[in-house]
Amino acid sequence: MRNIWTIARREYRHYFISPIAYIVALAVLLIVGIYFVIVLYYVSNQALMYGATAPDISIVIGPMATIFLFATPALTMRLLADEQRMGTLELMLTAPIRDGELVIGKWLGAFLFTLTIIAITLVYPIVLNKLTSPGIDQGIMIASYIAIILLVALYLALGTAMSSFFSNQFAAFFATLAVLLIFWWLISLPTYIIPSGVFHDLFVYLDLNGRFGSMTRGVIALSDVVYPISLTVLGLLLSTVAVEMRRWR
Amino acid sequence: MIRVDGLTKDYGTRRAIENLTFEARQGEVVGFLGPNGAGKTTTMRILTGYMPPTYGSAKVAGFDIVSESLEVRRRVGYLPETAPLYADMTVYEYLKFMADLRHLPNAEDMIDDALEMVGMEERAEGYVGALSKGMRQRIGLAQALLHKPEVLILDEPTIGLDPAQVVEVRKIIREIGKERTVLLSTHILSEAQALCDRVLIINKGHIVVEDSPENLQARLVGAERSILRVKGDADELAPKIAEIEGVQNVKAQPDGSVEFQFAPGMDVRPQVARAVIKAGYDLLELRPVGMSLEEIFLELTRDNTKEK
Ligand SMILES: Nc1ncnc2c1ncn2[C@@H]1O[C@H](COP(=O)(O)OP(=O)(O)OP(=O)(O)O)[C@@H](O)[C@H]1O
Ligand SMILES: [Mg+2]
Repeated sequence: MRNIWTIARREYRHYFISPIAYIVALAVLLIVGIYFVIVLYYVSNQALMYGATAPDISIVIGPMATIFLFATPALTMRLLADEQRMGTLELMLTAPIRDGELVIGKWLGAFLFTLTIIAITLVYPIVLNKLTSPGIDQGIMIASYIAIILLVALYLALGTAMSSFFSNQFAAFFATLAVLLIFWWLISLPTYIIPSGVFHDLFVYLDLNGRFGSMTRGVIALSDVVYPISLTVLGLLLSTVAVEMRRWR
Repeated sequence: MIRVDGLTKDYGTRRAIENLTFEARQGEVVGFLGPNGAGKTTTMRILTGYMPPTYGSAKVAGFDIVSESLEVRRRVGYLPETAPLYADMTVYEYLKFMADLRHLPNAEDMIDDALEMVGMEERAEGYVGALSKGMRQRIGLAQALLHKPEVLILDEPTIGLDPAQVVEVRKIIREIGKERTVLLSTHILSEAQALCDRVLIINKGHIVVEDSPENLQARLVGAERSILRVKGDADELAPKIAEIEGVQNVKAQPDGSVEFQFAPGMDVRPQVARAVIKAGYDLLELRPVGMSLEEIFLELTRDNTKEK
Protein backbone atom coordinates (compact mmCIF):
# COMPACT_ATOMS: atom_id res chain seq x y z
CA MET A 1 0.00 0.00 0.00
CA ARG A 2 2.68 2.41 1.05
CA ASN A 3 4.69 1.80 -2.12
CA ILE A 4 1.61 2.31 -4.27
CA TRP A 5 1.06 5.64 -2.58
CA THR A 6 4.70 6.70 -3.00
CA ILE A 7 4.53 6.01 -6.72
CA ALA A 8 1.09 7.54 -7.15
CA ARG A 9 2.24 10.72 -5.45
CA ARG A 10 5.23 11.04 -7.78
CA GLU A 11 3.03 10.53 -10.85
CA TYR A 12 0.42 12.96 -9.60
CA ARG A 13 3.04 15.65 -9.06
CA HIS A 14 4.56 14.94 -12.43
CA TYR A 15 1.32 15.96 -14.15
CA PHE A 16 1.61 19.43 -12.68
CA ILE A 17 4.92 20.03 -14.43
CA SER A 18 3.94 18.33 -17.65
CA PRO A 19 2.71 20.51 -20.53
CA ILE A 20 0.67 17.65 -21.96
CA ALA A 21 -1.27 17.30 -18.71
CA TYR A 22 -2.06 21.02 -18.71
CA ILE A 23 -3.20 20.89 -22.31
CA VAL A 24 -5.39 17.89 -21.54
CA ALA A 25 -6.91 19.52 -18.46
CA LEU A 26 -7.49 22.77 -20.33
CA ALA A 27 -9.00 20.99 -23.31
CA VAL A 28 -11.44 19.07 -21.13
CA LEU A 29 -12.52 22.13 -19.17
CA LEU A 30 -12.75 24.41 -22.21
CA ILE A 31 -14.64 22.03 -24.45
CA VAL A 32 -17.09 21.10 -21.73
CA GLY A 33 -17.43 24.80 -20.83
CA ILE A 34 -18.01 25.97 -24.39
CA TYR A 35 -20.57 23.26 -24.97
CA PHE A 36 -22.24 24.17 -21.69
CA VAL A 37 -22.50 27.88 -22.53
CA ILE A 38 -23.77 27.30 -26.06
CA VAL A 39 -26.44 24.84 -24.95
CA LEU A 40 -27.57 27.13 -22.14
CA TYR A 41 -27.79 30.06 -24.53
CA TYR A 42 -29.74 28.02 -27.08
CA VAL A 43 -32.10 26.58 -24.50
CA SER A 44 -32.80 29.96 -22.90
CA ASN A 45 -33.61 31.40 -26.34
CA GLN A 46 -35.90 28.47 -27.07
CA ALA A 47 -37.54 28.87 -23.69
CA LEU A 48 -38.24 32.53 -24.31
CA MET A 49 -40.02 31.77 -27.58
CA TYR A 50 -41.63 28.40 -27.10
CA GLY A 51 -41.10 27.43 -23.51
CA ALA A 52 -38.81 24.44 -22.86
CA THR A 53 -37.70 22.06 -20.15
CA ALA A 54 -34.59 23.16 -18.29
CA PRO A 55 -31.37 21.44 -19.39
CA ASP A 56 -30.06 18.79 -17.03
CA ILE A 57 -26.67 17.51 -16.02
CA SER A 58 -26.31 15.52 -19.26
CA ILE A 59 -25.12 18.67 -21.02
CA VAL A 60 -22.01 18.46 -18.86
CA ILE A 61 -21.57 14.71 -18.59
CA GLY A 62 -22.24 13.91 -22.26
CA PRO A 63 -19.36 15.93 -23.73
CA MET A 64 -17.13 14.89 -20.84
CA ALA A 65 -17.51 11.21 -21.68
CA THR A 66 -16.50 11.90 -25.27
CA ILE A 67 -13.56 14.15 -24.53
CA PHE A 68 -12.10 11.76 -21.95
CA LEU A 69 -11.99 9.16 -24.69
CA PHE A 70 -9.16 11.23 -26.20
CA ALA A 71 -7.82 12.86 -23.06
CA THR A 72 -7.12 9.81 -20.91
CA PRO A 73 -4.81 8.11 -23.45
CA ALA A 74 -2.73 11.30 -23.43
CA LEU A 75 -2.48 11.06 -19.65
CA THR A 76 -1.49 7.39 -19.55
CA MET A 77 0.70 7.12 -22.64
CA ARG A 78 3.96 7.90 -20.89
CA LEU A 79 3.30 6.11 -17.59
CA LEU A 80 5.34 2.97 -18.26
CA ALA A 81 6.48 3.63 -21.84
CA ASP A 82 8.65 6.49 -20.67
CA GLU A 83 10.21 4.49 -17.84
CA GLN A 84 11.13 1.97 -20.45
CA ARG A 85 12.61 4.51 -22.83
CA MET A 86 14.56 6.41 -20.17
CA GLY A 87 15.91 3.30 -18.52
CA THR A 88 14.38 4.19 -15.16
CA LEU A 89 12.35 0.98 -15.35
CA GLU A 90 15.58 -0.73 -14.30
CA LEU A 91 15.52 1.42 -11.19
CA MET A 92 11.91 0.49 -10.42
CA LEU A 93 12.34 -3.20 -11.14
CA THR A 94 15.35 -3.44 -8.83
CA ALA A 95 13.70 -1.44 -6.05
CA PRO A 96 12.04 -3.48 -3.30
CA ILE A 97 8.54 -3.12 -4.72
CA ARG A 98 6.23 -5.55 -6.48
CA ASP A 99 5.48 -5.11 -10.16
CA GLY A 100 1.79 -4.80 -9.29
CA GLU A 101 2.51 -1.97 -6.86
CA LEU A 102 4.37 -0.10 -9.58
CA VAL A 103 1.50 -0.52 -12.03
CA ILE A 104 -1.26 0.34 -9.55
CA GLY A 105 0.72 3.33 -8.29
CA LYS A 106 1.09 4.66 -11.82
CA TRP A 107 -2.59 4.18 -12.53
CA LEU A 108 -3.60 5.74 -9.23
CA GLY A 109 -1.51 8.85 -9.95
CA ALA A 110 -3.28 9.28 -13.29
CA PHE A 111 -6.65 8.54 -11.70
CA LEU A 112 -6.15 11.15 -9.00
CA PHE A 113 -5.15 13.73 -11.59
CA THR A 114 -8.23 12.95 -13.67
CA LEU A 115 -10.37 13.19 -10.53
CA THR A 116 -8.90 16.63 -10.00
CA ILE A 117 -10.05 17.66 -13.48
CA ILE A 118 -13.46 16.13 -12.84
CA ALA A 119 -13.70 17.99 -9.54
CA ILE A 120 -13.18 21.27 -11.36
CA THR A 121 -16.04 20.46 -13.75
CA LEU A 122 -18.35 20.48 -10.73
CA VAL A 123 -18.65 24.24 -11.23
CA TYR A 124 -20.91 23.57 -14.23
CA PRO A 125 -23.62 21.67 -12.31
CA ILE A 126 -23.39 24.26 -9.55
CA VAL A 127 -23.98 27.04 -12.07
CA LEU A 128 -26.75 25.00 -13.70
CA ASN A 129 -28.36 24.47 -10.32
CA LYS A 130 -28.45 28.22 -9.73
CA LEU A 131 -29.81 29.03 -13.18
CA THR A 132 -32.62 26.50 -13.24
CA SER A 133 -35.64 26.22 -11.07
CA PRO A 134 -36.23 24.10 -9.02
CA GLY A 135 -32.57 23.21 -9.63
CA ILE A 136 -31.08 20.03 -11.02
CA ASP A 137 -31.91 16.52 -9.92
CA GLN A 138 -29.31 15.66 -7.26
CA GLY A 139 -29.74 11.90 -7.66
CA ILE A 140 -29.10 12.02 -11.38
CA MET A 141 -26.14 14.26 -10.87
CA ILE A 142 -24.51 11.90 -8.38
CA ALA A 143 -25.25 8.87 -10.56
CA SER A 144 -23.77 10.68 -13.58
CA TYR A 145 -20.60 11.56 -11.74
CA ILE A 146 -20.25 8.00 -10.47
CA ALA A 147 -20.64 6.85 -14.06
CA ILE A 148 -17.96 9.19 -15.37
CA ILE A 149 -15.56 8.25 -12.56
CA LEU A 150 -16.02 4.53 -13.28
CA LEU A 151 -15.50 5.26 -16.95
CA VAL A 152 -12.21 7.15 -16.55
CA ALA A 153 -10.95 4.56 -14.06
CA LEU A 154 -11.24 1.88 -16.71
CA TYR A 155 -9.99 4.15 -19.51
CA LEU A 156 -6.87 4.87 -17.48
CA ALA A 157 -6.35 1.21 -16.58
CA LEU A 158 -6.51 0.16 -20.23
CA GLY A 159 -4.19 3.07 -21.05
CA THR A 160 -1.73 1.93 -18.38
CA ALA A 161 -1.77 -1.54 -19.93
CA MET A 162 -1.05 -0.14 -23.40
CA SER A 163 1.73 2.00 -21.98
CA SER A 164 3.39 -1.09 -20.57
CA PHE A 165 3.25 -2.87 -23.92
CA PHE A 166 5.14 -0.14 -25.77
CA SER A 167 8.27 1.87 -25.15
CA ASN A 168 6.99 4.57 -27.49
CA GLN A 169 4.44 6.97 -26.02
CA PHE A 170 2.67 7.63 -29.29
CA ALA A 171 2.24 3.97 -30.02
CA ALA A 172 0.73 3.69 -26.53
CA PHE A 173 -1.56 6.65 -27.20
CA PHE A 174 -3.02 5.31 -30.43
CA ALA A 175 -3.30 1.76 -29.16
CA THR A 176 -5.23 3.04 -26.14
CA LEU A 177 -7.49 5.16 -28.31
CA ALA A 178 -8.24 2.17 -30.50
CA VAL A 179 -9.08 -0.05 -27.54
CA LEU A 180 -11.27 2.62 -25.95
CA LEU A 181 -13.15 3.19 -29.20
CA ILE A 182 -13.78 -0.54 -29.41
CA PHE A 183 -15.31 -0.66 -25.95
CA TRP A 184 -17.13 2.62 -26.20
CA TRP A 185 -18.56 2.36 -29.65
CA LEU A 186 -17.62 -0.54 -31.89
CA ILE A 187 -18.67 -3.28 -29.50
CA SER A 188 -22.33 -2.22 -29.65
CA LEU A 189 -22.52 -2.51 -33.43
CA PRO A 190 -22.96 -6.31 -33.59
CA THR A 191 -26.20 -5.93 -31.61
CA TYR A 192 -27.73 -4.45 -34.77
CA ILE A 193 -26.94 -7.47 -36.92
CA ILE A 194 -27.55 -10.08 -34.23
CA PRO A 195 -31.15 -9.29 -33.25
CA SER A 196 -31.37 -11.77 -30.36
CA GLY A 197 -29.73 -14.69 -28.60
CA VAL A 198 -26.74 -15.21 -26.37
CA PHE A 199 -24.38 -13.19 -28.55
CA HIS A 200 -26.77 -10.30 -28.76
CA ASP A 201 -26.98 -10.27 -24.97
CA LEU A 202 -23.20 -10.56 -24.67
CA PHE A 203 -22.60 -7.50 -26.83
CA VAL A 204 -25.28 -5.59 -24.97
CA TYR A 205 -23.53 -6.52 -21.75
CA LEU A 206 -20.13 -5.40 -23.05
CA ASP A 207 -21.36 -2.11 -24.52
CA LEU A 208 -20.01 0.64 -22.28
CA ASN A 209 -21.95 3.37 -24.01
CA GLY A 210 -25.32 1.78 -23.27
CA ARG A 211 -24.49 1.27 -19.61
CA PHE A 212 -23.20 4.80 -19.34
CA GLY A 213 -26.44 6.04 -20.88
CA SER A 214 -28.64 4.31 -18.36
CA MET A 215 -26.47 5.38 -15.43
CA THR A 216 -26.61 9.03 -16.41
CA ARG A 217 -30.40 8.72 -16.41
CA GLY A 218 -30.07 7.84 -12.75
CA VAL A 219 -30.48 4.06 -12.94
CA ILE A 220 -27.50 2.16 -11.60
CA ALA A 221 -27.67 -1.61 -11.89
CA LEU A 222 -25.14 -3.80 -10.11
CA SER A 223 -23.62 -4.93 -13.41
CA ASP A 224 -23.15 -1.28 -14.41
CA VAL A 225 -20.66 -1.02 -11.57
CA VAL A 226 -19.20 -4.51 -11.73
CA TYR A 227 -18.42 -4.38 -15.43
CA PRO A 228 -16.26 -1.21 -15.51
CA ILE A 229 -14.50 -2.22 -12.31
CA SER A 230 -13.73 -5.63 -13.85
CA LEU A 231 -12.28 -3.92 -16.92
CA THR A 232 -10.17 -1.71 -14.65
CA VAL A 233 -8.82 -4.72 -12.79
CA LEU A 234 -8.21 -6.52 -16.06
CA GLY A 235 -6.24 -3.55 -17.42
CA LEU A 236 -4.07 -3.39 -14.30
CA LEU A 237 -3.52 -7.16 -14.37
CA LEU A 238 -2.52 -7.10 -18.03
CA SER A 239 -0.15 -4.26 -17.30
CA THR A 240 1.44 -6.13 -14.41
CA VAL A 241 1.86 -9.21 -16.57
CA ALA A 242 3.45 -7.07 -19.29
CA VAL A 243 5.95 -5.63 -16.82
CA GLU A 244 6.66 -9.12 -15.52
CA MET A 245 7.21 -10.37 -19.06
CA ARG A 246 9.79 -7.68 -19.68
CA ARG A 247 11.92 -9.29 -17.02
CA TRP A 248 11.81 -12.64 -18.77
CA ARG A 249 12.96 -11.44 -22.15
CA MET B 1 27.74 -11.88 0.45
CA ILE B 2 27.13 -13.01 -3.09
CA ARG B 3 27.16 -16.65 -4.13
CA VAL B 4 26.62 -17.43 -7.77
CA ASP B 5 26.13 -20.97 -8.96
CA GLY B 6 26.04 -21.98 -12.61
CA LEU B 7 24.36 -18.81 -13.81
CA THR B 8 23.33 -18.85 -17.47
CA LYS B 9 21.30 -16.28 -19.37
CA ASP B 10 19.94 -16.55 -22.88
CA TYR B 11 18.50 -13.55 -24.72
CA GLY B 12 16.38 -15.41 -27.22
CA THR B 13 18.91 -17.66 -28.89
CA ARG B 14 21.94 -15.60 -27.90
CA ARG B 15 23.72 -16.84 -24.81
CA ALA B 16 25.00 -13.83 -22.89
CA ILE B 17 26.59 -15.65 -19.95
CA GLU B 18 27.20 -19.32 -19.46
CA ASN B 19 27.59 -21.27 -16.26
CA LEU B 20 29.13 -18.51 -14.15
CA THR B 21 30.14 -19.58 -10.68
CA PHE B 22 31.83 -17.29 -8.21
CA GLU B 23 31.62 -15.83 -4.75
CA ALA B 24 32.07 -12.45 -3.16
CA ARG B 25 32.43 -12.51 0.59
CA GLN B 26 31.64 -9.86 3.12
CA GLY B 27 34.40 -7.29 3.40
CA GLU B 28 35.55 -7.98 -0.11
CA VAL B 29 35.61 -5.87 -3.24
CA VAL B 30 35.29 -8.04 -6.30
CA GLY B 31 35.94 -6.63 -9.73
CA PHE B 32 34.30 -7.79 -12.90
CA LEU B 33 36.63 -7.16 -15.75
CA GLY B 34 35.84 -7.80 -19.38
CA PRO B 35 35.53 -6.37 -22.86
CA ASN B 36 32.27 -5.01 -24.29
CA GLY B 37 29.55 -7.61 -24.47
CA ALA B 38 31.31 -9.92 -22.00
CA GLY B 39 28.17 -10.25 -19.89
CA LYS B 40 29.01 -8.02 -16.93
CA THR B 41 25.81 -5.99 -17.02
CA THR B 42 23.75 -9.11 -17.66
CA THR B 43 25.17 -10.79 -14.55
CA MET B 44 24.58 -7.72 -12.42
CA ARG B 45 21.02 -7.36 -13.64
CA ILE B 46 20.32 -10.93 -12.63
CA LEU B 47 21.88 -10.45 -9.20
CA THR B 48 19.85 -7.30 -8.53
CA GLY B 49 16.55 -8.97 -9.39
CA TYR B 50 16.00 -7.08 -12.64
CA MET B 51 15.62 -10.31 -14.53
CA PRO B 52 15.75 -13.99 -13.71
CA PRO B 53 18.51 -16.26 -15.00
CA THR B 54 17.73 -18.87 -17.65
CA TYR B 55 19.55 -21.52 -15.63
CA GLY B 56 21.46 -21.60 -12.38
CA SER B 57 20.92 -19.86 -9.10
CA ALA B 58 22.43 -17.21 -6.91
CA LYS B 59 22.18 -15.98 -3.37
CA VAL B 60 22.69 -12.37 -2.43
CA ALA B 61 22.87 -11.37 1.23
CA GLY B 62 21.66 -14.87 2.06
CA PHE B 63 18.50 -14.77 -0.08
CA ASP B 64 17.70 -16.49 -3.33
CA ILE B 65 17.56 -14.01 -6.20
CA VAL B 66 14.48 -15.58 -7.77
CA SER B 67 12.28 -16.89 -4.96
CA GLU B 68 13.21 -14.14 -2.47
CA SER B 69 13.78 -11.34 -4.92
CA LEU B 70 12.22 -8.61 -2.75
CA GLU B 71 14.42 -9.53 0.21
CA VAL B 72 17.45 -9.35 -2.03
CA ARG B 73 16.41 -6.01 -3.48
CA ARG B 74 15.94 -4.59 0.02
CA ARG B 75 19.54 -5.37 0.87
CA VAL B 76 21.26 -4.41 -2.35
CA GLY B 77 22.38 -1.02 -3.56
CA TYR B 78 22.60 -0.96 -7.32
CA LEU B 79 24.05 1.55 -9.72
CA PRO B 80 22.89 0.56 -13.21
CA GLU B 81 25.26 1.09 -16.12
CA THR B 82 23.33 4.06 -17.51
CA ALA B 83 22.72 5.65 -14.08
CA PRO B 84 19.06 6.29 -14.93
CA LEU B 85 17.39 9.12 -13.02
CA TYR B 86 14.10 11.01 -13.17
CA ALA B 87 15.06 14.23 -14.94
CA ASP B 88 11.91 16.05 -13.83
CA MET B 89 12.75 15.88 -10.12
CA THR B 90 15.23 17.75 -8.01
CA VAL B 91 18.12 15.73 -6.63
CA TYR B 92 16.58 15.80 -3.20
CA GLU B 93 13.10 14.82 -4.42
CA TYR B 94 14.58 11.97 -6.38
CA LEU B 95 16.52 10.59 -3.44
CA LYS B 96 13.51 11.09 -1.17
CA PHE B 97 11.39 9.10 -3.62
CA MET B 98 13.88 6.24 -3.63
CA ALA B 99 14.17 6.45 0.16
CA ASP B 100 10.38 6.24 0.49
CA LEU B 101 10.30 3.13 -1.68
CA ARG B 102 12.77 1.62 0.76
CA HIS B 103 10.76 2.78 3.80
CA LEU B 104 13.78 4.48 5.33
CA PRO B 105 12.79 5.88 8.71
CA ASN B 106 15.19 8.82 8.87
CA ALA B 107 15.33 9.57 5.17
CA GLU B 108 16.52 13.17 5.53
CA ASP B 109 19.68 12.21 7.40
CA MET B 110 20.43 9.33 5.09
CA ILE B 111 20.01 11.51 2.01
CA ASP B 112 22.33 14.10 3.50
CA ASP B 113 24.89 11.41 4.28
CA ALA B 114 24.72 9.95 0.79
CA LEU B 115 24.98 13.37 -0.87
CA GLU B 116 27.93 14.27 1.29
CA MET B 117 29.69 11.03 0.41
CA VAL B 118 29.52 11.78 -3.29
CA GLY B 119 30.19 15.49 -2.77
CA MET B 120 26.90 16.74 -4.20
CA GLU B 121 25.34 18.50 -1.19
CA GLU B 122 25.20 21.87 -2.84
CA ARG B 123 23.21 20.55 -5.81
CA ALA B 124 20.45 18.99 -3.68
CA GLU B 125 17.86 21.54 -4.78
CA GLY B 126 18.86 21.50 -8.44
CA TYR B 127 16.99 19.54 -11.06
CA VAL B 128 18.43 16.18 -12.04
CA GLY B 129 17.92 17.06 -15.71
CA ALA B 130 20.31 19.99 -15.35
CA LEU B 131 23.22 17.92 -14.07
CA SER B 132 26.31 16.98 -16.04
CA LYS B 133 27.03 13.36 -16.91
CA GLY B 134 29.53 12.91 -14.08
CA MET B 135 27.17 14.51 -11.58
CA ARG B 136 24.37 12.16 -12.62
CA GLN B 137 26.73 9.28 -12.11
CA ARG B 138 27.39 10.56 -8.60
CA ILE B 139 23.69 10.94 -7.84
CA GLY B 140 23.19 7.39 -9.11
CA LEU B 141 25.86 6.30 -6.69
CA ALA B 142 24.25 8.27 -3.88
CA GLN B 143 21.03 6.39 -4.63
CA ALA B 144 22.88 3.07 -4.39
CA LEU B 145 24.49 4.07 -1.07
CA LEU B 146 21.35 5.64 0.39
CA HIS B 147 20.18 2.77 2.58
CA LYS B 148 23.69 1.66 3.56
CA PRO B 149 23.17 -1.69 1.84
CA GLU B 150 24.83 -4.95 2.78
CA VAL B 151 25.73 -5.60 -0.82
CA LEU B 152 26.71 -2.97 -3.33
CA ILE B 153 26.57 -3.75 -7.03
CA LEU B 154 28.06 -1.04 -9.22
CA ASP B 155 28.10 -1.22 -13.00
CA GLU B 156 31.05 0.86 -14.17
CA PRO B 157 30.92 3.26 -11.23
CA THR B 158 33.68 5.64 -12.28
CA ILE B 159 32.74 6.06 -15.92
CA GLY B 160 32.39 9.71 -16.90
CA LEU B 161 33.93 11.08 -13.72
CA ASP B 162 36.75 13.59 -13.65
CA PRO B 163 40.07 12.39 -12.21
CA ALA B 164 39.51 14.02 -8.82
CA GLN B 165 36.11 12.36 -8.55
CA VAL B 166 37.50 9.01 -9.67
CA VAL B 167 39.86 9.14 -6.72
CA GLU B 168 37.03 10.22 -4.43
CA VAL B 169 34.65 7.48 -5.57
CA ARG B 170 37.33 4.81 -5.34
CA LYS B 171 37.96 5.91 -1.80
CA ILE B 172 34.27 5.52 -0.98
CA ILE B 173 34.17 2.07 -2.54
CA ARG B 174 37.24 0.92 -0.65
CA GLU B 175 35.78 2.26 2.57
CA ILE B 176 32.50 0.43 2.05
CA GLY B 177 34.30 -2.67 0.90
CA LYS B 178 35.91 -3.06 4.29
CA GLU B 179 32.68 -4.15 5.95
CA ARG B 180 30.30 -4.95 3.14
CA THR B 181 30.32 -6.80 -0.13
CA VAL B 182 31.04 -4.87 -3.28
CA LEU B 183 30.81 -6.17 -6.82
CA LEU B 184 31.83 -3.69 -9.47
CA SER B 185 32.46 -3.89 -13.17
CA THR B 186 35.02 -1.98 -15.12
CA HIS B 187 37.04 -1.91 -18.32
CA ILE B 188 39.81 -0.05 -16.60
CA LEU B 189 42.40 -2.52 -15.44
CA SER B 190 44.27 -0.14 -13.22
CA GLU B 191 40.98 0.45 -11.44
CA ALA B 192 40.49 -3.25 -10.79
CA GLN B 193 44.08 -3.39 -9.64
CA ALA B 194 43.67 -0.43 -7.32
CA LEU B 195 40.28 -1.30 -5.88
CA CYS B 196 39.67 -4.99 -5.83
CA ASP B 197 40.63 -7.78 -3.52
CA ARG B 198 39.76 -10.17 -6.27
CA VAL B 199 39.37 -9.82 -10.01
CA LEU B 200 37.15 -11.94 -12.22
CA ILE B 201 38.08 -11.66 -15.84
CA ILE B 202 35.08 -12.48 -17.96
CA ASN B 203 34.94 -12.82 -21.71
CA LYS B 204 32.07 -13.90 -23.93
CA GLY B 205 30.05 -14.97 -20.94
CA HIS B 206 32.71 -17.14 -19.35
CA ILE B 207 34.97 -16.51 -16.41
CA VAL B 208 38.49 -16.75 -17.78
CA VAL B 209 40.45 -16.13 -14.60
CA GLU B 210 39.66 -15.44 -11.00
CA ASP B 211 42.42 -14.25 -8.69
CA SER B 212 43.82 -11.35 -6.72
CA PRO B 213 45.38 -8.63 -8.87
CA GLU B 214 48.85 -9.42 -7.47
CA ASN B 215 48.58 -13.14 -8.10
CA LEU B 216 47.22 -12.56 -11.56
CA GLN B 217 50.26 -10.59 -12.40
CA ALA B 218 52.69 -13.06 -10.92
CA ARG B 219 50.89 -16.03 -12.41
CA LEU B 220 51.01 -14.77 -15.92
CA VAL B 221 54.49 -13.41 -16.03
CA GLY B 222 56.56 -16.44 -16.87
CA ALA B 223 59.65 -14.29 -17.15
CA GLU B 224 60.80 -11.04 -15.70
CA ARG B 225 61.30 -8.13 -17.98
CA SER B 226 63.64 -5.19 -17.95
CA ILE B 227 64.14 -2.13 -20.04
CA LEU B 228 67.56 -0.88 -20.97
CA ARG B 229 68.28 2.59 -22.24
CA VAL B 230 71.64 3.68 -23.59
CA LYS B 231 73.22 6.60 -25.34
CA GLY B 232 73.75 5.42 -28.90
CA ASP B 233 72.14 3.10 -31.39
CA ALA B 234 69.89 0.56 -29.70
CA ASP B 235 69.48 -1.51 -32.84
CA GLU B 236 73.19 -2.23 -32.93
CA LEU B 237 73.30 -3.04 -29.25
CA ALA B 238 70.41 -5.49 -29.22
CA PRO B 239 72.27 -8.47 -30.80
CA LYS B 240 75.10 -8.03 -28.29
CA ILE B 241 72.66 -8.25 -25.39
CA ALA B 242 71.04 -11.30 -26.91
CA GLU B 243 74.38 -13.15 -26.72
CA ILE B 244 74.43 -12.97 -22.92
CA GLU B 245 73.48 -16.23 -21.26
CA GLY B 246 69.98 -16.29 -19.72
CA VAL B 247 68.68 -13.40 -21.75
CA GLN B 248 65.58 -14.01 -23.87
CA ASN B 249 63.37 -12.08 -26.23
CA VAL B 250 65.51 -9.08 -26.88
CA LYS B 251 63.64 -6.34 -28.70
CA ALA B 252 64.90 -2.96 -29.80
CA GLN B 253 62.06 -0.54 -29.17
CA PRO B 254 61.22 2.32 -31.52
CA ASP B 255 61.95 4.83 -28.77
CA GLY B 256 65.62 3.81 -28.76
CA SER B 257 65.52 1.53 -25.74
CA VAL B 258 66.02 -2.21 -25.60
CA GLU B 259 63.64 -4.55 -23.87
CA PHE B 260 64.62 -8.01 -22.76
CA GLN B 261 63.37 -10.83 -20.56
CA PHE B 262 65.05 -13.36 -18.35
CA ALA B 263 63.88 -16.33 -16.37
CA PRO B 264 62.63 -15.49 -12.87
CA GLY B 265 65.27 -15.82 -10.20
CA MET B 266 68.10 -15.57 -12.69
CA ASP B 267 68.93 -11.95 -12.60
CA VAL B 268 71.20 -11.12 -15.54
CA ARG B 269 71.19 -7.39 -15.08
CA PRO B 270 74.80 -7.11 -13.84
CA GLN B 271 76.01 -9.01 -16.89
CA VAL B 272 73.92 -6.81 -19.15
CA ALA B 273 75.30 -3.66 -17.58
CA ARG B 274 78.85 -4.88 -18.01
CA ALA B 275 78.21 -5.83 -21.62
CA VAL B 276 76.86 -2.36 -22.35
CA ILE B 277 79.95 -0.66 -20.95
CA LYS B 278 82.29 -3.07 -22.72
CA ALA B 279 80.60 -2.36 -26.01
CA GLY B 280 81.39 1.30 -25.47
CA TYR B 281 77.86 2.60 -24.73
CA ASP B 282 76.86 4.87 -21.88
CA LEU B 283 74.23 3.23 -19.68
CA LEU B 284 71.32 5.58 -18.97
CA GLU B 285 68.71 3.33 -17.49
CA LEU B 286 68.20 -0.29 -16.56
CA ARG B 287 64.94 -1.06 -14.82
CA PRO B 288 62.59 -3.99 -14.34
CA VAL B 289 59.05 -3.76 -15.75
CA GLY B 290 56.20 -6.02 -14.71
CA MET B 291 53.68 -7.21 -17.21
CA SER B 292 50.77 -4.81 -16.94
CA LEU B 293 47.26 -6.02 -16.26
CA GLU B 294 46.38 -4.60 -19.65
CA GLU B 295 48.65 -7.09 -21.30
CA ILE B 296 47.49 -9.94 -19.10
CA PHE B 297 43.95 -9.07 -19.95
CA LEU B 298 44.52 -8.94 -23.67
CA GLU B 299 46.46 -12.17 -23.51
CA LEU B 300 43.72 -13.98 -21.62
CA THR B 301 40.83 -12.75 -23.67
CA ARG B 302 42.76 -13.51 -26.86
CA ASP B 303 43.50 -17.08 -25.76
CA ASN B 304 39.87 -17.56 -24.93
CA THR B 305 38.75 -16.58 -28.39
CA LYS B 306 41.27 -18.91 -29.95
CA GLU B 307 39.91 -21.87 -28.05
CA LYS B 308 36.53 -21.44 -29.65
N1 LIG C 1 18.38 -6.67 -23.65
C1 LIG C 1 19.15 -7.48 -24.41
N2 LIG C 1 18.60 -8.18 -25.41
C2 LIG C 1 19.36 -8.99 -26.16
N3 LIG C 1 20.67 -9.20 -25.99
C3 LIG C 1 21.29 -8.52 -25.02
C4 LIG C 1 20.56 -7.63 -24.17
N4 LIG C 1 21.41 -7.11 -23.27
C5 LIG C 1 22.62 -7.64 -23.56
N5 LIG C 1 22.56 -8.49 -24.59
C6 LIG C 1 23.69 -9.27 -25.15
O1 LIG C 1 24.30 -10.00 -24.10
C7 LIG C 1 25.71 -9.95 -24.22
C8 LIG C 1 26.31 -9.41 -22.93
O2 LIG C 1 25.92 -8.06 -22.77
P1 LIG C 1 26.25 -7.21 -21.48
O3 LIG C 1 25.50 -5.94 -21.58
O4 LIG C 1 26.02 -8.04 -20.29
O5 LIG C 1 27.79 -6.94 -21.65
P2 LIG C 1 28.78 -6.05 -20.77
O6 LIG C 1 29.86 -6.94 -20.30
O7 LIG C 1 28.04 -5.30 -19.75
O8 LIG C 1 29.36 -5.06 -21.87
P3 LIG C 1 29.82 -3.52 -21.74
O9 LIG C 1 31.22 -3.54 -21.29
O10 LIG C 1 29.70 -3.03 -23.14
O11 LIG C 1 28.88 -2.85 -20.81
C9 LIG C 1 26.02 -9.13 -25.46
O12 LIG C 1 26.29 -10.03 -26.50
C10 LIG C 1 24.75 -8.39 -25.72
O13 LIG C 1 24.56 -8.20 -27.10
MG1 LIG D 1 27.75 -3.37 -19.36
